[in-house]
Amino acid sequence: MVDFDVVELPEADHVAVGEDAPDFTRPLVGDEYWSDTALSDLDGPIALVFFPMDGAFPATYVWNEIRDRGWGHGDTDDVTVVGVSVSTPYEHKTFIEEREMDYELFSDPSAEVAEQYGAIHDLDGMTGIREHRPAVFLLDEDHTVEYAWVAAEWPEFPDYDEVEAQIERL
Amino acid sequence: MTTPEITLYRLQACPYCERVVRKLKEHGLEYESRFVEPMHSDRNAVARLTGKRSVPAIRDENTGVTMSESGNIVEYLDNTYGDAAAGGA
Repeated sequence: MVDFDVVELPEADHVAVGEDAPDFTRPLVGDEYWSDTALSDLDGPIALVFFPMDGAFPATYVWNEIRDRGWGHGDTDDVTVVGVSVSTPYEHKTFIEEREMDYELFSDPSAEVAEQYGAIHDLDGMTGIREHRPAVFLLDEDHTVEYAWVAAEWPEFPDYDEVEAQIERL
Repeated sequence: MTTPEITLYRLQACPYCERVVRKLKEHGLEYESRFVEPMHSDRNAVARLTGKRSVPAIRDENTGVTMSESGNIVEYLDNTYGDAAAGGA
């Protein structure tokens, strides 16, 4: 991509394949309203996507790609695809509208969910802001982790083809 | 988390909504809060439910009642879940 080394993030001790996905409750934002929702309230296998704050270009790239690939629709419509970032519900609503996407997003301003999953990122130059590293966790119906990827560089993006193949297997 | 029978459509920091919240708590009722946008035009979920875009609005699956306007809602909650209701009125 570039002819110099990109920034490496410290090693992440993240939730791994075979472990139970930690449950959490946060406001889940759709295109019309938000309400407190537990991860365990969601149906079926889940694709849990952590992403940088709404407005940062990686957020836009990640969700444009997921939207265009139609994850959770068509052949994979039994899979619930949800995102998590530090952005407020108001920002999520605007983001969902702007991206014209049919996915719901959890709002986790304290980034405690990122902490829980071992995918935290202390932002350089934005003192006091910690957010979610780009990450993808695929959970089966019992919320056992079947696939886990957490960014090791900044920025880094999921291997969409690989994730898609895994989603189809859920 | 089980879904409560009562759903409250509310706007953050709206005093009329807080009035209803206080009443729900007073009667020890479980409720799901659904937060909507300040812009009236963005409140289609509420419009589909009550025919109006104003909040607060509640949906009570216990009784099948849907209503808006905080004065009405408070009165409804008192009549349905208050001491007077215990008499079987």
